[in-house]
Amino acid sequence: MVQLTLPKNSRVTEGKTWPKPSAGNVTPFKVYRWNPDDGQNPRVDTFYVDRDDCGPMVLDGLNWIKSKVDSTLAYRRSCREGICGSCAMNIDGVNTLACTKGMDDCASGGTVKIYPLPHMPVIKDLVPDLTQFYAQHASIEPWLKTDTRAPGAEWKQSREDREKLDGLYECILCACCSTSCPSYWWNGDRYLGPAALLQAYRWLIDSRDERTGERLDDLEDPFKLYRCHTIMNCANACPKGLNPAKAIAEIKSMMVQRKF
Amino acid sequence: MRTPLGQVRGMGAAKAGTEHFWTQRMTAVSNLPLTIFFVGIVATLAGSSHASATALLGAPWVAIPLLLLILSVAVHMRIGMQVIIEDYVHGEVPKMLALMANTFFCIAVGLACAFALLKISFGV
Repeated sequence: MVQLTLPKNSRVTEGKTWPKPSAGNVTPFKVYRWNPDDGQNPRVDTFYVDRDDCGPMVLDGLNWIKSKVDSTLAYRRSCREGICGSCAMNIDGVNTLACTKGMDDCASGGTVKIYPLPHMPVIKDLVPDLTQFYAQHASIEPWLKTDTRAPGAEWKQSREDREKLDGLYECILCACCSTSCPSYWWNGDRYLGPAALLQAYRWLIDSRDERTGERLDDLEDPFKLYRCHTIMNCANACPKGLNPAKAIAEIKSMMVQRKF
Repeated sequence: MRTPLGQVRGMGAAKAGTEHFWTQRMTAVSNLPLTIFFVGIVATLAGSSHASATALLGAPWVAIPLLLLILSVAVHMRIGMQVIIEDYVHGEVPKMLALMANTFFCIAVGLACAFALLKISFGV
Protein backbone atom coordinates (compact mmCIF):
# COMPACT_ATOMS: atom_id res chain seq x y z
CA MET A 1 0.00 0.00 0.00
CA VAL A 2 0.91 3.64 -0.30
CA GLN A 3 3.05 4.80 2.60
CA LEU A 4 1.56 7.94 4.10
CA THR A 5 3.95 8.35 7.03
CA LEU A 6 7.70 8.73 6.83
CA PRO A 7 9.86 5.79 7.87
CA LYS A 8 11.54 6.28 11.27
CA ASN A 9 14.93 7.20 9.85
CA SER A 10 13.40 9.88 7.59
CA ARG A 11 11.48 11.77 10.27
CA VAL A 12 12.62 15.36 10.39
CA THR A 13 13.99 16.64 13.70
CA GLU A 14 14.71 20.12 15.04
CA GLY A 15 18.18 21.15 13.88
CA LYS A 16 20.82 23.68 14.76
CA THR A 17 20.08 27.39 15.09
CA TRP A 18 23.02 29.25 13.59
CA PRO A 19 24.18 32.59 15.04
CA LYS A 20 22.20 35.67 14.09
CA PRO A 21 24.22 38.43 12.43
CA SER A 22 24.20 41.78 14.22
CA ALA A 23 22.69 43.45 11.13
CA GLY A 24 19.21 44.90 11.49
CA ASN A 25 17.69 43.52 8.32
CA VAL A 26 17.68 39.73 8.66
CA THR A 27 15.38 37.03 7.26
CA PRO A 28 15.15 33.63 8.97
CA PHE A 29 15.70 30.59 6.74
CA LYS A 30 14.55 27.15 7.86
CA VAL A 31 16.46 24.67 5.73
CA TYR A 32 16.19 20.88 5.47
CA ARG A 33 19.52 19.20 6.15
CA TRP A 34 20.48 15.59 5.71
CA ASN A 35 23.93 14.10 5.54
CA PRO A 36 24.24 10.52 4.24
CA ASP A 37 27.49 10.04 6.14
CA ASP A 38 26.51 10.83 9.75
CA GLY A 39 23.72 8.26 10.22
CA GLN A 40 21.44 10.92 11.72
CA ASN A 41 17.83 11.71 10.87
CA PRO A 42 17.15 14.74 8.67
CA ARG A 43 16.86 18.03 10.56
CA VAL A 44 15.73 21.57 9.89
CA ASP A 45 18.40 24.18 10.59
CA THR A 46 17.62 27.84 11.23
CA PHE A 47 19.82 30.45 9.58
CA TYR A 48 19.55 34.23 9.69
CA VAL A 49 20.36 35.86 6.37
CA ASP A 50 21.73 39.41 6.32
CA ARG A 51 19.52 41.00 3.69
CA ASP A 52 21.80 44.01 3.31
CA ASP A 53 24.65 41.71 2.29
CA CYS A 54 22.94 39.65 -0.45
CA GLY A 55 20.49 39.83 -3.34
CA PRO A 56 16.70 39.55 -3.03
CA MET A 57 16.12 36.00 -4.24
CA VAL A 58 15.99 32.83 -2.15
CA LEU A 59 19.04 31.54 -4.06
CA ASP A 60 20.93 34.68 -3.05
CA GLY A 61 20.11 33.83 0.56
CA LEU A 62 21.32 30.25 0.16
CA ASN A 63 24.52 31.44 -1.51
CA TRP A 64 25.04 33.88 1.38
CA ILE A 65 24.58 31.05 3.91
CA LYS A 66 27.00 28.81 2.00
CA SER A 67 29.72 31.45 1.77
CA LYS A 68 29.24 33.15 5.14
CA VAL A 69 27.74 30.64 7.58
CA ASP A 70 27.94 26.96 6.63
CA SER A 71 29.91 25.87 3.58
CA THR A 72 28.66 22.28 3.95
CA LEU A 73 25.13 23.21 2.85
CA ALA A 74 24.48 21.29 -0.39
CA TYR A 75 22.16 22.45 -3.18
CA ARG A 76 22.30 22.68 -6.96
CA ARG A 77 22.52 25.96 -8.80
CA SER A 78 23.94 27.27 -12.02
CA CYS A 79 22.43 30.02 -14.17
CA ARG A 80 20.70 32.03 -11.41
CA GLU A 81 18.16 33.33 -13.95
CA GLY A 82 15.49 30.62 -14.29
CA ILE A 83 16.77 28.89 -17.39
CA CYS A 84 18.84 25.92 -16.21
CA GLY A 85 16.38 24.41 -13.74
CA SER A 86 19.10 23.35 -11.31
CA CYS A 87 17.91 25.16 -8.18
CA ALA A 88 14.42 23.60 -8.10
CA MET A 89 13.35 23.01 -4.49
CA ASN A 90 10.32 23.22 -2.25
CA ILE A 91 10.14 26.79 -0.97
CA ASP A 92 7.34 27.93 1.28
CA GLY A 93 5.42 24.74 0.48
CA VAL A 94 5.57 25.08 -3.30
CA ASN A 95 8.07 23.59 -5.74
CA THR A 96 9.83 26.39 -7.56
CA LEU A 97 13.21 27.77 -8.58
CA ALA A 98 15.18 29.40 -5.78
CA CYS A 99 16.66 31.88 -8.25
CA THR A 100 13.33 33.32 -9.38
CA LYS A 101 11.55 33.21 -6.01
CA GLY A 102 11.91 36.41 -4.03
CA MET A 103 12.51 36.15 -0.28
CA ASP A 104 9.80 38.77 0.20
CA ASP A 105 7.32 36.55 -1.69
CA CYS A 106 7.49 33.85 0.98
CA ALA A 107 4.21 34.11 2.83
CA SER A 108 5.00 32.15 5.98
CA GLY A 109 5.53 35.09 8.34
CA GLY A 110 8.77 36.31 6.81
CA THR A 111 10.47 32.94 7.32
CA VAL A 112 11.78 31.17 4.24
CA LYS A 113 11.17 27.43 4.58
CA ILE A 114 13.18 25.27 2.19
CA TYR A 115 12.96 21.53 1.58
CA PRO A 116 14.22 19.36 -1.28
CA LEU A 117 11.80 18.46 -4.09
CA PRO A 118 9.21 16.16 -2.48
CA HIS A 119 9.16 12.39 -2.65
CA MET A 120 12.53 11.96 -4.33
CA PRO A 121 15.49 10.16 -2.78
CA VAL A 122 17.75 12.77 -1.17
CA ILE A 123 21.46 12.68 -1.94
CA LYS A 124 22.36 15.41 0.55
CA ASP A 125 20.51 18.44 2.02
CA LEU A 126 18.57 20.03 -0.85
CA VAL A 127 19.96 17.77 -3.59
CA PRO A 128 17.46 15.14 -4.80
CA ASP A 129 18.36 12.12 -6.93
CA LEU A 130 16.79 12.81 -10.33
CA THR A 131 18.20 9.74 -12.12
CA GLN A 132 14.78 8.22 -12.71
CA PHE A 133 13.31 11.56 -13.77
CA TYR A 134 15.96 11.95 -16.48
CA ALA A 135 15.50 8.32 -17.58
CA GLN A 136 11.77 9.00 -17.96
CA HIS A 137 12.58 11.95 -20.20
CA ALA A 138 14.99 9.79 -22.24
CA SER A 139 12.31 7.09 -22.56
CA ILE A 140 10.02 9.36 -24.61
CA GLU A 141 12.88 9.75 -27.14
CA PRO A 142 12.95 13.54 -27.21
CA TRP A 143 14.35 14.09 -30.67
CA LEU A 144 13.02 14.50 -34.19
CA LYS A 145 12.33 11.10 -35.77
CA THR A 146 11.90 10.93 -39.54
CA ASP A 147 12.02 8.31 -42.27
CA THR A 148 11.94 10.63 -45.27
CA ARG A 149 15.44 11.42 -46.54
CA ALA A 150 16.73 14.51 -44.76
CA PRO A 151 16.44 17.64 -46.90
CA GLY A 152 19.58 19.49 -47.98
CA ALA A 153 18.71 22.41 -45.74
CA GLU A 154 16.37 22.43 -42.73
CA TRP A 155 13.10 20.53 -42.19
CA LYS A 156 10.49 23.14 -43.05
CA GLN A 157 7.67 24.09 -40.72
CA SER A 158 4.86 26.59 -41.20
CA ARG A 159 4.54 29.49 -38.81
CA GLU A 160 1.26 28.01 -37.50
CA ASP A 161 2.85 24.62 -36.85
CA ARG A 162 5.76 26.25 -35.07
CA GLU A 163 3.33 28.10 -32.83
CA LYS A 164 1.97 24.75 -31.63
CA LEU A 165 5.26 24.23 -29.80
CA ASP A 166 4.83 27.40 -27.75
CA GLY A 167 4.11 26.58 -24.13
CA LEU A 168 5.98 23.28 -24.57
CA TYR A 169 9.50 24.01 -25.76
CA GLU A 170 10.12 26.35 -22.82
CA CYS A 171 10.26 23.45 -20.34
CA ILE A 172 13.63 23.42 -18.56
CA LEU A 173 13.21 19.99 -16.93
CA CYS A 174 13.54 21.37 -13.40
CA ALA A 175 11.21 18.59 -12.07
CA CYS A 176 9.03 21.01 -10.09
CA CYS A 177 5.90 19.64 -11.80
CA SER A 178 6.57 15.92 -11.57
CA THR A 179 7.62 16.09 -7.92
CA SER A 180 4.48 18.08 -7.02
CA CYS A 181 2.20 15.43 -8.52
CA PRO A 182 0.58 12.98 -6.06
CA SER A 183 0.18 10.42 -8.83
CA TYR A 184 3.92 10.66 -9.44
CA TRP A 185 4.55 10.29 -5.70
CA TRP A 186 2.50 7.08 -5.49
CA ASN A 187 3.43 5.55 -8.85
CA GLY A 188 6.58 7.33 -10.02
CA ASP A 189 8.14 4.02 -10.97
CA ARG A 190 5.56 3.44 -13.71
CA TYR A 191 3.88 6.81 -14.36
CA LEU A 192 6.06 9.01 -16.59
CA GLY A 193 5.01 12.20 -14.80
CA PRO A 194 4.00 15.62 -16.11
CA ALA A 195 7.46 16.77 -17.26
CA ALA A 196 8.17 13.72 -19.45
CA LEU A 197 4.61 13.76 -20.80
CA LEU A 198 4.76 17.47 -21.66
CA GLN A 199 7.97 16.71 -23.55
CA ALA A 200 6.29 13.71 -25.19
CA TYR A 201 3.49 15.98 -26.42
CA ARG A 202 6.05 18.49 -27.67
CA TRP A 203 7.28 15.80 -30.11
CA LEU A 204 3.80 14.41 -30.84
CA ILE A 205 2.60 17.80 -32.01
CA ASP A 206 5.76 18.67 -33.98
CA SER A 207 4.70 18.80 -37.65
CA ARG A 208 8.15 17.62 -38.77
CA ASP A 209 8.10 14.37 -36.79
CA GLU A 210 7.06 11.24 -38.71
CA ARG A 211 6.68 8.76 -35.84
CA THR A 212 3.56 10.15 -34.15
CA GLY A 213 1.77 6.79 -34.18
CA GLU A 214 4.74 4.97 -32.73
CA ARG A 215 5.08 7.62 -30.02
CA LEU A 216 1.39 7.22 -29.14
CA ASP A 217 1.80 3.42 -29.06
CA ASP A 218 4.62 3.77 -26.56
CA LEU A 219 2.51 5.97 -24.29
CA GLU A 220 -0.76 4.05 -24.41
CA ASP A 221 -0.57 2.47 -21.00
CA PRO A 222 -2.70 2.65 -17.84
CA PHE A 223 0.38 3.70 -15.86
CA LYS A 224 2.73 5.58 -18.20
CA LEU A 225 -0.01 8.02 -19.27
CA TYR A 226 -3.33 7.36 -17.60
CA ARG A 227 -2.15 7.85 -14.01
CA CYS A 228 -2.71 11.57 -14.65
CA HIS A 229 -5.95 12.41 -12.84
CA THR A 230 -5.86 16.12 -13.75
CA ILE A 231 -4.92 17.15 -10.23
CA MET A 232 -3.22 20.24 -11.73
CA ASN A 233 -0.45 20.59 -9.12
CA CYS A 234 1.94 20.51 -12.08
CA ALA A 235 0.51 23.66 -13.66
CA ASN A 236 0.40 25.30 -10.24
CA ALA A 237 4.06 24.58 -9.55
CA CYS A 238 5.66 25.23 -12.96
CA PRO A 239 8.04 28.17 -12.52
CA LYS A 240 7.91 28.82 -16.27
CA GLY A 241 4.10 29.15 -16.26
CA LEU A 242 3.56 26.08 -18.46
CA ASN A 243 0.61 23.72 -18.22
CA PRO A 244 1.69 20.06 -18.33
CA ALA A 245 -1.84 18.90 -17.39
CA LYS A 246 -3.17 20.46 -20.61
CA ALA A 247 -0.44 18.75 -22.65
CA ILE A 248 -1.37 15.41 -21.06
CA ALA A 249 -5.06 16.03 -21.81
CA GLU A 250 -4.06 16.68 -25.44
CA ILE A 251 -2.23 13.32 -25.55
CA LYS A 252 -5.33 11.58 -24.20
CA SER A 253 -7.40 13.39 -26.80
CA MET A 254 -5.05 12.14 -29.56
CA MET A 255 -5.41 8.60 -28.17
CA VAL A 256 -9.20 8.85 -28.45
CA GLN A 257 -9.07 10.54 -31.87
CA ARG A 258 -7.08 7.74 -33.44
CA LYS A 259 -9.58 5.15 -32.20
CA PHE A 260 -12.68 6.70 -33.79
CA MET B 1 21.61 -3.59 -11.44
CA ARG B 2 19.16 -2.65 -14.20
CA THR B 3 19.86 0.69 -15.90
CA PRO B 4 17.47 3.58 -15.11
CA LEU B 5 16.22 3.59 -18.72
CA GLY B 6 15.63 -0.16 -18.56
CA GLN B 7 13.65 0.28 -15.35
CA VAL B 8 11.53 3.08 -16.81
CA ARG B 9 10.80 1.17 -20.01
CA GLY B 10 9.90 -1.88 -17.91
CA MET B 11 7.70 -4.28 -19.84
CA GLY B 12 6.72 -1.60 -22.35
CA ALA B 13 3.35 0.00 -22.94
CA ALA B 14 0.31 -2.19 -22.37
CA LYS B 15 -1.42 -0.60 -25.41
CA ALA B 16 -4.49 -0.21 -23.20
CA GLY B 17 -6.17 2.42 -21.12
CA THR B 18 -7.82 4.51 -23.80
CA GLU B 19 -10.90 2.28 -23.84
CA HIS B 20 -11.31 2.73 -20.07
CA PHE B 21 -10.61 6.45 -20.33
CA TRP B 22 -13.27 6.92 -23.01
CA THR B 23 -15.82 4.61 -21.33
CA GLN B 24 -15.38 6.53 -18.07
CA ARG B 25 -16.14 9.82 -19.84
CA MET B 26 -19.07 8.32 -21.74
CA THR B 27 -20.67 6.87 -18.60
CA ALA B 28 -20.04 10.17 -16.78
CA VAL B 29 -22.14 11.89 -19.46
CA SER B 30 -24.88 9.26 -19.35
CA ASN B 31 -24.88 9.23 -15.53
CA LEU B 32 -25.81 12.89 -15.40
CA PRO B 33 -29.34 12.82 -16.92
CA LEU B 34 -30.01 9.31 -15.63
CA THR B 35 -29.13 10.26 -12.04
CA ILE B 36 -31.30 13.37 -12.23
CA PHE B 37 -34.14 11.16 -13.48
CA PHE B 38 -33.51 8.69 -10.64
CA VAL B 39 -33.58 11.43 -8.00
CA GLY B 40 -36.82 12.75 -9.54
CA ILE B 41 -38.38 9.27 -9.33
CA VAL B 42 -37.27 8.81 -5.72
CA ALA B 43 -38.80 12.20 -4.85
CA THR B 44 -42.05 11.19 -6.59
CA LEU B 45 -42.14 7.94 -4.64
CA ALA B 46 -41.89 9.68 -1.27
CA GLY B 47 -44.97 8.88 0.79
CA SER B 48 -46.62 6.72 -1.87
CA SER B 49 -48.10 3.28 -1.13
CA HIS B 50 -46.34 0.01 -2.01
CA ALA B 51 -48.78 -0.69 -4.82
CA SER B 52 -48.37 2.71 -6.47
CA ALA B 53 -44.58 2.57 -6.00
CA THR B 54 -44.29 -0.80 -7.76
CA ALA B 55 -46.67 0.39 -10.46
CA LEU B 56 -44.50 3.43 -11.13
CA LEU B 57 -41.21 1.48 -11.04
CA GLY B 58 -42.67 -1.18 -13.32
CA ALA B 59 -43.77 1.29 -15.98
CA PRO B 60 -41.51 0.99 -19.06
CA TRP B 61 -40.73 4.73 -19.19
CA VAL B 62 -39.34 4.43 -15.63
CA ALA B 63 -37.89 0.91 -15.65
CA ILE B 64 -35.88 1.31 -18.87
CA PRO B 65 -34.01 4.50 -17.82
CA LEU B 66 -33.41 2.96 -14.38
CA LEU B 67 -31.94 -0.18 -15.97
CA LEU B 68 -29.73 2.04 -18.10
CA LEU B 69 -28.72 3.91 -14.95
CA ILE B 70 -27.75 0.63 -13.27
CA LEU B 71 -25.61 -0.36 -16.25
CA SER B 72 -24.01 3.06 -16.57
CA VAL B 73 -23.29 3.48 -12.85
CA ALA B 74 -21.97 -0.08 -12.43
CA VAL B 75 -19.54 0.31 -15.33
CA HIS B 76 -18.47 3.76 -14.11
CA MET B 77 -18.07 2.48 -10.54
CA ARG B 78 -15.95 -0.47 -11.66
CA ILE B 79 -13.52 1.64 -13.68
CA GLY B 80 -13.36 4.35 -11.00
CA MET B 81 -12.59 1.88 -8.26
CA GLN B 82 -10.07 0.08 -10.45
CA VAL B 83 -8.17 3.35 -10.90
CA ILE B 84 -8.12 3.90 -7.14
CA ILE B 85 -6.89 0.35 -6.50
CA GLU B 86 -4.15 0.73 -9.12
CA ASP B 87 -3.15 4.06 -7.57
CA TYR B 88 -2.84 2.89 -4.00
CA VAL B 89 -2.46 -0.90 -3.81
CA HIS B 90 1.04 -1.77 -4.93
CA GLY B 91 1.59 -5.42 -3.99
CA GLU B 92 0.90 -7.60 -7.05
CA VAL B 93 -1.17 -10.23 -5.18
CA PRO B 94 -3.33 -7.82 -3.11
CA LYS B 95 -3.79 -5.66 -6.22
CA MET B 96 -5.00 -8.55 -8.35
CA LEU B 97 -7.32 -9.76 -5.56
CA ALA B 98 -8.72 -6.25 -5.07
CA LEU B 99 -9.27 -5.84 -8.83
CA MET B 100 -11.10 -9.17 -8.97
CA ALA B 101 -13.21 -8.32 -5.91
CA ASN B 102 -14.06 -4.98 -7.48
CA THR B 103 -15.24 -6.60 -10.71
CA PHE B 104 -17.28 -9.25 -8.86
CA PHE B 105 -18.85 -6.64 -6.58
CA CYS B 106 -19.86 -4.33 -9.43
CA ILE B 107 -21.36 -7.14 -11.48
CA ALA B 108 -23.19 -8.59 -8.45
CA VAL B 109 -24.59 -5.24 -7.30
CA GLY B 110 -25.59 -4.26 -10.84
CA LEU B 111 -27.27 -7.60 -11.47
CA ALA B 112 -29.10 -7.54 -8.11
CA CYS B 113 -30.48 -4.07 -8.83
CA ALA B 114 -31.50 -5.06 -12.36
CA PHE B 115 -33.13 -8.25 -11.06
CA ALA B 116 -35.13 -6.31 -8.45
CA LEU B 117 -36.35 -3.86 -11.05
CA LEU B 118 -37.27 -6.58 -13.54
CA LYS B 119 -39.11 -8.50 -10.82
CA ILE B 120 -41.17 -5.40 -10.08
CA SER B 121 -41.73 -4.77 -13.78
CA PHE B 122 -42.88 -8.26 -14.66
CA GLY B 123 -44.39 -9.09 -11.27
CA VAL B 124 -43.11 -12.67 -11.13
